[in-house]
Amino acid sequence: MRAKIFVTLKDGVLDPQGLAIRGALTALGFDGVERVRQGKVIDVELADDIATNGDPEARFAAMAEQLLANMVIENYRVEIVE
Amino acid sequence: MKSAIIRFPGTNRETDMAAALRLVSGREPQIVWHGDSDLPSVDLVVLPGGFSYGDYLRAGAIAAHAPILRAIKDHAGSGRLVLGVCNGFQALCEAGMLPGVLMRNASLKFVCRTVTLHVANANTPFTCRFETDATFPCPVAHHDGNYFADAATLDRLEGENRVVFRYAYGTNPNGSRRDIAGITNAEGNVLGMMPHPEDRVEDAHGGNEALALFRSLIVQATEKAA
Repeated sequence: MRAKIFVTLKDGVLDPQGLAIRGALTALGFDGVERVRQGKVIDVELADDIATNGDPEARFAAMAEQLLANMVIENYRVEIVE
Repeated sequence: MKSAIIRFPGTNRETDMAAALRLVSGREPQIVWHGDSDLPSVDLVVLPGGFSYGDYLRAGAIAAHAPILRAIKDHAGSGRLVLGVCNGFQALCEAGMLPGVLMRNASLKFVCRTVTLHVANANTPFTCRFETDATFPCPVAHHDGNYFADAATLDRLEGENRVVFRYAYGTNPNGSRRDIAGITNAEGNVLGMMPHPEDRVEDAHGGNEALALFRSLIVQATEKAA
């Protein structure tokens, strides 16, 4: 089983990288870019025998909360791909 | 004072730290590999600076789950001292031993320069040889030193006098909330700080003002032993 885990900054957390990207987009002539937030996507493949013998969504969520996201500043969303 | 320094893959400031500890204690610190599960019996454990695991995922995030961390938590739980500098501070936050997180510098640039630190609390095992409100020069060298925690956590840290070092007014190099450069845990025996005191301990560094931090540790270890 494969999942994409999207890790994004919580609202209210300053994202200087997003601001820099917005500035660059504006400089390229893309008008109207009001807000850019940068996150990351982590693609995880789970062995079939593990995925079928348990709750894979809970397993991906636990991975996100223990390591992939820092819950002080980030949120996550799990999308099962296949 | 007996001390141990943790080495992760990508740690690069352990020898500077060892030199500073040797200078004040006259003893050779033990270097401990991150994959070990036991610590020697020491007064102080240091997580030094560097780029553990290449700062992959987030700075300190992977180091925070190394096997040795369980022993470090036990060491701290027994009231003995833990010092995390730079990448070590990042790892202590990621491990949940200190609140908050170190984010990318607000400038998005790596900063490597000498800043002025303000001693906001001289009544800790790490700062008892400083005067309260003293200032001293200290180098910083980091890309992810922007201390962040929510307002309630920041208020609690300040209310409990757990902000130990601040960047002097107007000199904040990284965008840290409330100019925070170093904090302790609630018990006061774990300190994390972004600046490098080990690189301000001899004339060749341009001055030795940060020796007071290491001398504070000696005082603490001696009192514990007595």
